[in-house]
Amino acid sequence: MSAGLLYALAGVLLFALGLGGIVLLRHALRRILAFNVMGSGAFLVLVGLAQRDGGADPVPQAMVLTGIVVAVAATALALALLRRLPEDRP
Amino acid sequence: MNGLLDPLPWLILLPLAWASLAFLLGPGRGGRLALAGLAGQLALALWLARRLIEGGPVSHAVGGWGAPLGIDLYADGLSAVMLLLTQAVALPLAFYARAYFAQGAGQFWPLAGFLLAAMNALFLAADLFNLYVTLELLGLAAVGLVALGGGAEPSRAALRYLVVSLAASGAYLLGVALIYGSYGTVAIAPLTPLIAAQAPLAVGLAAGLMLLGLVAKSALFPFHFWLPPAHGGAPAPVSALLSALVVKAAFYLILRLWLGPFAPLTADWGWLPALAGAGAILWGSWQALRTPRLKQLVAWSTVAQLGYLFLIFPLFGLKEPALQAGTLQAVAHGLAKAAMFAAAGILLKATGRDAVDGLAGVAGRLPLTLFAFGLAGVTLMGLPPSAGFLAKWLLIDAALEQGLWPLVAIVLAGGLLAAAYVFRVLRQAFLLAPEAQQFHPVPRRLEWAAFGLAAASVLLGLRGVELMALLGIGVAP
Repeated sequence: MSAGLLYALAGVLLFALGLGGIVLLRHALRRILAFNVMGSGAFLVLVGLAQRDGGADPVPQAMVLTGIVVAVAATALALALLRRLPEDRP
Repeated sequence: MNGLLDPLPWLILLPLAWASLAFLLGPGRGGRLALAGLAGQLALALWLARRLIEGGPVSHAVGGWGAPLGIDLYADGLSAVMLLLTQAVALPLAFYARAYFAQGAGQFWPLAGFLLAAMNALFLAADLFNLYVTLELLGLAAVGLVALGGGAEPSRAALRYLVVSLAASGAYLLGVALIYGSYGTVAIAPLTPLIAAQAPLAVGLAAGLMLLGLVAKSALFPFHFWLPPAHGGAPAPVSALLSALVVKAAFYLILRLWLGPFAPLTADWGWLPALAGAGAILWGSWQALRTPRLKQLVAWSTVAQLGYLFLIFPLFGLKEPALQAGTLQAVAHGLAKAAMFAAAGILLKATGRDAVDGLAGVAGRLPLTLFAFGLAGVTLMGLPPSAGFLAKWLLIDAALEQGLWPLVAIVLAGGLLAAAYVFRVLRQAFLLAPEAQQFHPVPRRLEWAAFGLAAASVLLGLRGVELMALLGIGVAP
């Protein structure tokens, strides 16, 4: 098994963990964190699978950078919304 | 085709520009700017449609950089129809929003501009990853708009919408990763023959993940749960934008993938979205009949009407009529639902509360608004000569031709249920107002904007042929 495939499998595992968290957890902050775990999993698959011929493929790296920017923006928005909710009912 | 005189990049840049300017001007400012920008966008979309009719599909490499490093834009008939719908709905809604937000629009104008830029980019994107980025931008702008009203309840609805939207686009992104890992490209045009030639298991999984994510974003039953609180709780101009346009963007993408790269994988699965669509029509209409609140009623009606869009998937044995029925339904519902939410917003402002029971007496006070609501209802029920009638007629015709009787029954039952919930509102409106009822004055411009949209949804039925000719450009038979 190549290192790239190992990364990709770990990515799928992270993705599944994150998705499970979003579906099963009740607390909004935990769901936001779970979304970040899920996103990292998808990024890992993207970078891991594309490492063929030994070298790194630049295109998925650029995609992951874009994806990270999107994930940070989404997390910021989610946290801002969370702060507007009353403390007792998250 | 490149150069500055190309409508494709300007359809994205123009809304980005006026949205950024409106943001710099500060909260509540920028309405006039938005109107000017939207008029320009409508002209650009018309220009693009004309260019397509003359010369077929067009593409544009942004900044002169081609794929894979650069970004390609591509427009065919389906993109042009969706672009036209988007600008045609957004322009009257901008007139409406200027009058609606008399006491301050907050960040409505920048968010609406970013929303439209993301949507136009989505309709023009030519590769799966750029589609992911536009989906996320669209989702973030839409969530911001839902939360515009402030307060705990809209914020909670917005947060729930955001989490669903993020999980859905996460599934889509994992699908993109698997596809890139399998083929080394994410551009739609080269992918189509590659998937047709050989599709390993990972690609089937990718297609499933991407389509599932998009279905959740388009609020198809049973993933509809986030829609009524988000659309029903937002200010009326926002509800109209979201219900008329944003959910259609995810549907457009499903259609594009289903008929394009994933066609070899999806051929036998058309019954699944149709089954969910039938569930959406029945459950959405039933809830619309029961809910005590007016805007919730209109939002549940969106859930039901979205169901029709997914009835076309088993009919792609004959591609063109099914595609025409689906697209026409998307256009008809877009115009009618924008009108209906606009009218509901006016009724709310006039009566002061969001209740179907509180509508008694509005027929005498706001006849134009009620007429707009009724006309939009005519399109949703599918009565002639509306565009909704044409869409349902095409759908029934295609279903009969392929011997799918249950679909015909669902379409007819859905029409009757739509009539029932539309008349539920009209009946209340024609009752005599109680003595204590107070009516707040409403600007006439609000009423005319709602009426314009409703009239367009009915009259479009008379110009269906031109629209179908545009839609046919670039569709493989």
